[in-house]
Amino acid sequence: MKKIAILIETRQGKIKPSMHGVITAAQGSGHELFALVFDSDGAKYTDELKTFGINKLVAITFRDPAVGSNPDSRARAIIQAMNHFETHTLFALTSLEGKDFLPRVAARLDAPLVIDCLRVNLADSTVEKPQFSGKTVATIHVSGTHRIFGIRPNAIEPKPMPVDTEVVPFEYDGPNDGRYEVKELRKSKVDGIDLSEADIIISGGRGMQNGENFQMLHECARVMGAAVGASRVAVDAGWVPHSMQVGQTGTTVCPKLYIACGISGSVQHFAGMKTSGTIVSINTDPHAAMMQQCDYGIVGDLFEIVPTLTRQLISVSQ
Amino acid sequence: MKIFVCVKHVPDSAATIRIIEPKEIGENITFLLNPYDENAVEAAVQLRSEIDDTEVIAVTVGKPAAADTLRSALAMGADRGIHVITEYWPDSIVTARALNAAITQDGDPGLILTGKAAIDSEGFQTQFRVAAMLDIPVATNVGAITLHDDGVEVTCGQEAGGELIIQMSLPCVIGAAKTLNTPRYPTLPDIIKARKKEIKEMKFESLGIGPQDSHMEIIGLRPAVEERRKQFIDGSAQEAVVELIRRLDEEAKIKLVS
Repeated sequence: MKKIAILIETRQGKIKPSMHGVITAAQGSGHELFALVFDSDGAKYTDELKTFGINKLVAITFRDPAVGSNPDSRARAIIQAMNHFETHTLFALTSLEGKDFLPRVAARLDAPLVIDCLRVNLADSTVEKPQFSGKTVATIHVSGTHRIFGIRPNAIEPKPMPVDTEVVPFEYDGPNDGRYEVKELRKSKVDGIDLSEADIIISGGRGMQNGENFQMLHECARVMGAAVGASRVAVDAGWVPHSMQVGQTGTTVCPKLYIACGISGSVQHFAGMKTSGTIVSINTDPHAAMMQQCDYGIVGDLFEIVPTLTRQLISVSQ
Repeated sequence: MKIFVCVKHVPDSAATIRIIEPKEIGENITFLLNPYDENAVEAAVQLRSEIDDTEVIAVTVGKPAAADTLRSALAMGADRGIHVITEYWPDSIVTARALNAAITQDGDPGLILTGKAAIDSEGFQTQFRVAAMLDIPVATNVGAITLHDDGVEVTCGQEAGGELIIQMSLPCVIGAAKTLNTPRYPTLPDIIKARKKEIKEMKFESLGIGPQDSHMEIIGLRPAVEERRKQFIDGSAQEAVVELIRRLDEEAKIKLVS
């Protein structure tokens, strides 16, 4: 029996949809899957988790609630839970949270860690992950007493695997490390869907001309249930905040559909979105790199095409 | 105070990566100081002007060619460099051990800065491993640093533009984000002056790092080729949009509206 822990990320009391692919990566015959959830009311996730093969739902609580909001303490709690349940393998999401969290666990355990995995083969301990700005995919063999993997959101297709799930409470009794303290958490001011989580992203680049024009993308995004992204040009020009930037120095995304509006397609932008399922490019320049490397290209004025798309989607949905 | 800045010699993100089977890359391309490490060097140099008697030491682990990257950090204002010379590009576990050994040998780190990630291996972890080995706190994706009498306050970027404000005691490790600052361009006199600055070379073998149990070994490398349909959709805006929705639905199995 191979015991595997999966750290479940939630948002506003719901499991992030991209967790389904992460759990799928851990499935296998003879595997016993432990979902680790930071929520005293973990039982509410049972129905969802039992469809994906989670055998035990470990609801982690903190004796001192102030400890629970500290990322460093959370990492210590995960290590304690992994030791307690004798799970030597940990899966999680490669989110911003995961990139802060997983290396803390790996560093303390002196364990191998691969972030941003596209594929995991537990039988031979190999994973695939992008390197060199997404230009190559490396196959990496990991060895050690523990193994830790961060999965790129949406990279692995979720597969249901119905089982019975048992809820197990687990209390972490350690204190905060006084040398690392959370002073304040400023919640995101941006409404809507997080980029790295979105199934559909519509992004604007130089062709947007200014920040106000992004409103047009937001309107289209609302109809599609999409998130709005931007290229570095649009961020550097001050049109939109850095949190919207897709690419090497922004967010890496892997949506089912990526719609690039007025984005020429620099190497650094591709680095952040090239594993998208389907890419649509709208650009006046048919020779732009993005037009050459997309699934569907529309040569034309985005100020005409995007509002037409929005109107068309509204009309067919009514 | 000693501020150590850990830097990495990486291929330019715009360079074409040529794979030499099974797992090497052609190194006859432009290498440079890892972009996030530039932010770390900039932050270190700025902090030096705030604190009396502060020295900025750039440290790298890598092949002999990585000396160029140390020179770039020295040209940006670092006072001296330490180069742990390896014959290969080590994984994050080995790199962290080497950085830890080099920093410990030099002694008395007050603050350790580095980039939040290296753009070649994209491992996102060396900074955490160094912190764990030195048993000091660490924060990553840092967009602002404020020094206080009793430590340092940093702002860490969270998802969708949220922010986490963390107070850490010194010494600690800080992973710089792009938003931390705008790295300076060294002037020609800076570059010439950097040539005279000291770089201490240490052979990896001389650090006394024993074998370890954990490994991450690259066993294969292939180009990331995404097969794209590369179809252009013609017609008026209305025709193109209708056709796009149809092809997304029928070919790509994506429904834009439920």
